[in-house]
Amino acid sequence: MIPLNWYLWLSGVVFCIGMFGFVTRRNIIIMLLSVEIMFNGVNISLIALSHYLEDLAGQVMVFFVIAVAAAEAAIGLALVILLFRSKETITVDDLNELKG
Amino acid sequence: MINQVFFFYFAVVIVAMSLMAITRRQVLHGVLYMLLLFFHIAGLYLFLNAEFISAVQIIVYAGAIMVLFLFVIMLLNLREDVRKKQFIAVWPMGLLVSVGILMVILMSMLTVHIGTKGVWGIAQIERATQTVAVGTVLYTQYLFPFEVASLVLLVAIIGAIVLAKKRLR
Repeated sequence: MIPLNWYLWLSGVVFCIGMFGFVTRRNIIIMLLSVEIMFNGVNISLIALSHYLEDLAGQVMVFFVIAVAAAEAAIGLALVILLFRSKETITVDDLNELKG
Repeated sequence: MINQVFFFYFAVVIVAMSLMAITRRQVLHGVLYMLLLFFHIAGLYLFLNAEFISAVQIIVYAGAIMVLFLFVIMLLNLREDVRKKQFIAVWPMGLLVSVGILMVILMSMLTVHIGTKGVWGIAQIERATQTVAVGTVLYTQYLFPFEVASLVLLVAIIGAIVLAKKRLR
């Protein structure tokens, strides 16, 4: 039997890798990918807790997380296409017209 | 023993794939590593008695979301962008913050202990079968959040179409 903590540690590591990617990459598609990695880190901990607590609420939460992730990917990628159409770049550091 | 071996295999591959996915210069390579990552996470879910979620993970994440990413990458011409610097200038600061938060998470999990157990143990799920069990909880206890999730998806569909269509004169 694998201790619950191992799953939670794994989920923490995956979440932090995703966060590192989100704050340091300049490519907006990779930033969206990093958000997906963060979602997956949280999903691992939800499923693990659902199994160890013998309660299916965690698995139901994962459905909602996946639904929100799908919505976020659709909207985010539509915005990326818009951005590329007007600026010809998806590097976020080049998109600095709103800076004060 | 065999459980631990499999867990270590999945854990190592998941961490390695997520590291590879966020450090690749080519976006396409990052997406392909993500695909591997999702398959391994689905494998991990099988250990945790979540067969249905594992299938949903492959179908929705690997099948739908990643294909959406691939389509967008193929629509865009990224030759200029891949030649630029891929990380912000102060990336060690981002690393520091991430590692700090990771330490906080790892430390806080040392004190985790399991509270009152629910009614869906392995025996009950086995008797009802997994899909029936998840469906029962989803459509009774969590019916209202389910409806809200469908509304979120509707908004996403309309929003994506409105944003991506060409301006009409």
